[in-house]
Amino acid sequence: MADITAAAPRRRARRLNLRLWLPLLWLGAVALAAIFAPLVAPQDPLMQDLMLERLPPAFMDGSEPGYWLGTDSLGRDVLSRMIHGARIALFVSLVAATATCLFGAALGLVAGYFGGWWDRVISRLVDIWMAFPPVLFAVLLVAVIGTGLTSVIAAIALIDWTRFARVIRAETMVQARMDYVDSARIGGARRLTTLISEILPNVLPSIIALLMLEMGIAVIVEAILSFVNLSISSDDPTWGSMIAEGRNAIHFAWWVLLFPLIALFLTVLSFSTLGEGLKQRFDPVLQ
Amino acid sequence: MTAQTQTRTTASEAVAPAPSLFSVRDLRLSFPDLARKPLLGAAPRNEVLKGLSFDIPAGQITGIVGESGSGKSTAGRVLVRLLEPDSGSVLYEGRDIGHLDESALRPLRRDLQMIFQDPMSSLNPRHKVWRIIAQPMKRYGLGGTRADAIAALGKVGLPAAFAERYPHELSGGQRQRVGIARAIALKPRFILADEIVSGLDVSSQAQVLLLLKQLAREMGLTIAFISHDLSVIRHLCDRVIVLNRGEIVEQGSVDAVFRAPASDVTRTLLTAIPLPELDPDWLS
Repeated sequence: MADITAAAPRRRARRLNLRLWLPLLWLGAVALAAIFAPLVAPQDPLMQDLMLERLPPAFMDGSEPGYWLGTDSLGRDVLSRMIHGARIALFVSLVAATATCLFGAALGLVAGYFGGWWDRVISRLVDIWMAFPPVLFAVLLVAVIGTGLTSVIAAIALIDWTRFARVIRAETMVQARMDYVDSARIGGARRLTTLISEILPNVLPSIIALLMLEMGIAVIVEAILSFVNLSISSDDPTWGSMIAEGRNAIHFAWWVLLFPLIALFLTVLSFSTLGEGLKQRFDPVLQ
Repeated sequence: MTAQTQTRTTASEAVAPAPSLFSVRDLRLSFPDLARKPLLGAAPRNEVLKGLSFDIPAGQITGIVGESGSGKSTAGRVLVRLLEPDSGSVLYEGRDIGHLDESALRPLRRDLQMIFQDPMSSLNPRHKVWRIIAQPMKRYGLGGTRADAIAALGKVGLPAAFAERYPHELSGGQRQRVGIARAIALKPRFILADEIVSGLDVSSQAQVLLLLKQLAREMGLTIAFISHDLSVIRHLCDRVIVLNRGEIVEQGSVDAVFRAPASDVTRTLLTAIPLPELDPDWLS
């Protein structure tokens, strides 16, 4: 009866997972900076001072104390603007990605599990939607409903829900063929119960990975819309508008462009790496 | 020895009209063959079940045997109404359940349970063992607490510690026991066992079969046992139905069928059974 001995479940000694912790470290720092921006930022991000224009970062000659990453062509502190820019970037990525995820994943789950008429309608809608060029779509949308944070978020959700719908539909179809779905029927579960309590937990790792990816994409889209001045007003600091301004002065004040660009790059990279890391971390089978 | 005689008696009784739990007449089922679907229009249909008529006597173990593709699993899935037949009647206690919709079936499902071939796929990998067992119990008002699940585990010989495990932390035999625990926790009248030992090694096979037989006797269960292995059927079942290409080629008590197989299909399946004793001349 070796079959039924209660041996302790195998638990592999957990190595420190860098794919999980490095992105969390960076995103945690950005989040803290964003939340406590007025306390953390060394200067007022909007204060212009033409006497202090284009100061180099602290490690270069000619820098001023208190302006760690230098100033832009209007004498505004780059670090402070980046910290305040993180607020907008994170807010947009959080709200837009969550909205996109809820809408797209719900449609994907319904199409993948209920099939038939539901699937036909949702899949055709996805096909039609994806035939529009996304950037043009976003620009058009912002032009119609006006600039501002709300329209940026709406634009992201309206464009990218198809990504969730497609991937989650396919994943759901695979899961729906598993015997545990038939088992739930045999056990008297209703269709919707089966979808939510049996299939959803198995699709959740993919949803989380996609959600993280989408947060990264949302940061980029917001930066692009800021870059072309279709996000919030250009006075307000966003990473995209900083990059746009820094572009003009790249030959003599490269720091204005480079630092926000690095922040953007690290944030987007962190989101997508974190997505994969979380997917592995929360899969009991892969562990 | 007493158990042996008892089984024999039930088997011989089955020849006389015993009360049937299921009475199936002219059951037909086909699936669309999408591989041969023309560009426009409907796909041609593949007949899987070509007019089956059989009874499942109450309180007995009926074996359904056949090669892969013979339609035995499909026939079983019609009995528990995971599939809807094209035509014919499926009488469960005299009531035709062949075309009931899902909400009308729900009260019946408690009585018609199933154990699946592959427990890795039939136990949700995201749920702990106790939850897998307890959820259906809760739906039918049979408790559904951790303690209830542990009690069900006890009946299949698994210690309480298994309640907190995930399915992938168990061995094949343990997983199949959880599948059995889930089915019997609802105190059903009928269990469809679909190739439940084919994925297990020989010693776990024997243990699981022994357990099933013992539970069937204790709980007065009616069981349809699907297998491609006649030696397992012989060991476990009272009656046997032999399927080939969607048709019944032979049915009757296990004793009668094994003593004098009437069809070539049965004889072929019988020759596939490994011999229990060695040829005395084997070494010389």
